[in-house]
Amino acid sequence: MAAPTTPAEIGGIGHSVQRKEDARLIEGQGNFLDDIDLPDTLHMAILRSPLAHARINGIDSSAATAIDGVLAVVTGDLMDQHGLAWMPTLSGDTQAVLATDKVRYQGQEVAAVIATDPYIATDALEHIVVDYEELPPITTPQQSLEEGAALIRDEKEGQTDNLAYTWETGDQGATEEAFAQADRVVTLETHYPRSHPAPLETCGIVADVNSVTGQATIYMTSQAPHAHRTLFAMVAGLPEQNIRIVSPDIGGGFGNKVPIYPGYVVATAASLLIGQPVKWVESRTENLISTGFARDYYMKGELAVTDEGRILGLRVDMLSDQGAFYSDAQPTQFRAGLFHVVTGSYDFPAAHINCKGAFTNKAPGGVAYRCSFRITEASYLIERLVQTAAYEVGIDPAEMRLKNFIQPEQFPYETATGFVYDSGDYPTALRTAMNEVGYEDLRREQAEARAEGRLIGIGIAHFTEAVGAGPSRTYDIAGLKMIDSAELRVHPTGKAILKLGVKTQGQGHETTFAQIVAEVLGIPANDIKVEHGDTDHTPYGLGTYASRSTPVGGAATAVVARKLAEKSKKIAAHLLEAADEDIELASGVFSVAGSPDRSVTIQDVALAAYTNLPEGMEYGLEDVTYYDPPNLTYPYGSYIVVVEVDPDTGVWEVQRMVALDDCGVRINPMIVEGQICGGLTEGFAMSAMQWITFDDDGNCIGANFMDYLVPTAWETPRFELLATEVPSPHHPIGAKGVGESATVGSPAAFVNAVIDAVAHLGVRNIDMPVLPDRVWAAIDAAV
Amino acid sequence: MFPSRFDLVVAQSVGEAVEAKADAGEGGRFLAGGQSLIPMMKMRVAFPETLIDINRIAGLDAIEQSNGHLQVGALVRHADVVASDATFGAIAAAAPWVADPLVRNRGTMCGSVAHCDPEGDWNSVLLATGADVVAQGPNGERSISIADFVDGAFTSTLGEDELVVGLRIPVPSGRSGGSYLKLERKVGDYATVAVASHLELDDSGAISAAGLALTSVNPINTKVADAEALLVGQQPSEDLFAEAAELAAAAAEPRDDVRGTAAWKRQVVRTYTKRGLAAAAQQAEGS
Repeated sequence: MAAPTTPAEIGGIGHSVQRKEDARLIEGQGNFLDDIDLPDTLHMAILRSPLAHARINGIDSSAATAIDGVLAVVTGDLMDQHGLAWMPTLSGDTQAVLATDKVRYQGQEVAAVIATDPYIATDALEHIVVDYEELPPITTPQQSLEEGAALIRDEKEGQTDNLAYTWETGDQGATEEAFAQADRVVTLETHYPRSHPAPLETCGIVADVNSVTGQATIYMTSQAPHAHRTLFAMVAGLPEQNIRIVSPDIGGGFGNKVPIYPGYVVATAASLLIGQPVKWVESRTENLISTGFARDYYMKGELAVTDEGRILGLRVDMLSDQGAFYSDAQPTQFRAGLFHVVTGSYDFPAAHINCKGAFTNKAPGGVAYRCSFRITEASYLIERLVQTAAYEVGIDPAEMRLKNFIQPEQFPYETATGFVYDSGDYPTALRTAMNEVGYEDLRREQAEARAEGRLIGIGIAHFTEAVGAGPSRTYDIAGLKMIDSAELRVHPTGKAILKLGVKTQGQGHETTFAQIVAEVLGIPANDIKVEHGDTDHTPYGLGTYASRSTPVGGAATAVVARKLAEKSKKIAAHLLEAADEDIELASGVFSVAGSPDRSVTIQDVALAAYTNLPEGMEYGLEDVTYYDPPNLTYPYGSYIVVVEVDPDTGVWEVQRMVALDDCGVRINPMIVEGQICGGLTEGFAMSAMQWITFDDDGNCIGANFMDYLVPTAWETPRFELLATEVPSPHHPIGAKGVGESATVGSPAAFVNAVIDAVAHLGVRNIDMPVLPDRVWAAIDAAV
Repeated sequence: MFPSRFDLVVAQSVGEAVEAKADAGEGGRFLAGGQSLIPMMKMRVAFPETLIDINRIAGLDAIEQSNGHLQVGALVRHADVVASDATFGAIAAAAPWVADPLVRNRGTMCGSVAHCDPEGDWNSVLLATGADVVAQGPNGERSISIADFVDGAFTSTLGEDELVVGLRIPVPSGRSGGSYLKLERKVGDYATVAVASHLELDDSGAISAAGLALTSVNPINTKVADAEALLVGQQPSEDLFAEAAELAAAAAEPRDDVRGTAAWKRQVVRTYTKRGLAAAAQQAEGS
């Protein structure tokens, strides 16, 4: 790890500066959506469908409307009168705001009550009578694509089946050739189950439309406030200058707060019609059953390999369960996100990927839960598949990886599906992790334990992520290019305010982005206020998800700080009566080359920027930068998990978890480690317990925290963290982004460890979550 | 999560509480720790018209041994049971496995017993150790054996106007041991499978009394009487416990659900009965 170049009191890159946001959050002085309490606020509650699939023959809201304190009951028909019964999704589909014709999943929005208090609104829901005619529910994508399956999207013109999309990439001919040359073909079929980001704070909105000015101030749990402003303008037809989105403190997003939900639209319409602020905050159950889910990919992967364990090619068939509407939040060009990064960390020439998605009677979503657009599914598949191939070929899973890694000298490396990996040293990463865990000794212990009837497993995952979307030539969402911005203003006393297009949900932007400025200009990080989330007061950007804040917003911050450094040098030259080109800047001190005693500080320069300028220079010390990244960044890591499986019950426990991450330059190592620990916890969660499933009637199992299992500190294993640091060659400060690496990379390591414990019995797959009954059944079937 | 409208009565004595319950009739519910009732109200699966809060009643918060019994008052929280020196065997073993620390701080042992959730831990432990539920109504106090008290899932033989004021659990006089093995998906979860074991040994080391009960694998917490009968009079041994485990597995009627398959749950009952009895025997032999 490179040593910091600034002293601790400045706190530039490499310092574990305490998070500036923590004090207010810990002491209860944060300002979350539900803390916002405007005068005359009305409260909204949503009536949701109890059925997965049913025709609506009528809605009688007269009894609810008659309740004292109820101002309005909003139905799909009313929304339809304003052209808002349906809305576009981020994947080019449409989605019901309030159901008019059918309900297509349990939990779908059917009507909304606007009342003077939330108790009355909730009571009134019980008095709305909906006449449902039940239709057969479809709960799996396989069922959905069967001949004769009931048509879920019968309202969609030209839609004659339940297919949501198809998408194909790679080179089919070259891949077939590779398979023809292979000594063997290794196959793995596995399901990455439906999961839900379940942020601690649910989604909500306070919509405040001024009936006189038409000004709409919309407080909203948004990971992407600027994009949401533009989409609101496009969908609702409101003039964009009249829309101000304020995303306050957010209690976790994880992708769940990227989409625009029906509740936001209804609350805004209600405020517009009634002329008072309308507040809606989801319950936990509403959040879990109706908002953006993640994953739900059925994947079949085939590897063409030689008897020596060389990978020649990869073939993937993927079927996704999209729920009732195709509403993945993802770049327009890619119908299955960045799933085609499925070639992983390996050097082979050919791959062919075939994807299709099906509508089902389940909640829509397909958000990237702490992941860069479906990379988690891809990374999981390749890491499971490589491990399977190792068993089939008969070589050690670590050796299999070392044999096929992209080598350090091959970067920049173009993969078979067209990604250009920027930098990395995979063999060093894996070997370092293996040394730390004591890999060779563990293999010996595993053999000894087996002889005693004990089951030990060692699982590896070496993931490569593609984050920081993205270059404008390739990446847009709903036509909006995925650039991002930073505006920096240095005040006369040398303090500064940095305004961002990205929006933190707990990642620590208020600290790390200040550190980037501190690194460049030498203004102490604690003297820099970071503002974000209010679209009237920050420059445009696409928001925080897909690990893009540091790769894009962080790059913009470095670039804008450098612009100010250039101007500052000219001011310093003026103050020091030296030539511009002789000025050197280090840790906030401008000195003249060759005479280090002649110097001024950034604070001196800041004052001079408003009081004492060189001839012809414009006053002030501020600028704004819009950053269009030349490429994605590619963080990676080597994770090794050791488990022991109880052969009598199938219960498994993690004995060790060594996680090496390389995310390029680490701005704040403490925050990076916090991100990794959180991501590993979520990866463990998905491997062990956290999933949403449905019964045959389409009832959601996982509608509260008794049924949707989010692990606590008690279940979560101890993590041993390691790092290497290969900078990104194209990022202004060499950083790659890390928020999602561990969620992406770790599930395969946990599952591979359990499989490794029973692989000698012939077990090759247990689907996630790896529940003890599944493990026991696999052992039972194998023995 | 907003509950329906309800009235609140804060009782200052058991008499007041019982009277308020009589007044409220079917729509009345007692509130102790509220760790099941309040979430049910917030999810609108319970709609009591009147809540009768018993938390202010003095004298119900003691957990102590007297007259050969462990006496547990109606306001003894699970956390008090965890911390108590008066507990023993399966009671002590089960207490830290009830729910999670937050629930244990508020929730009461008596409330959990009265709730009769078949996935609750305490009723299995009480079936294994033998216990009486003490109830008070307008006509005074009565004791109900736990086996008679539990009537079905979420139903008991408690009268509509009666309040559970305490539990009486016999303290073994000789060598004894107990265990509670619980398989839960995460902390705070209900048991997927749990087995309560209780053994008492005579001077020869033979089993003089045995209790075995299962959680979450039957419509109600279930005492495995044939296994208990098998154990009594025998010397503890691995074979004996394996035989008892087969009877326990046979007594379990688990169902396939999101927690796992029936076949696997039965296997866990088998395994945990063997291990639980062995742990109880080991504790008894060392006592």
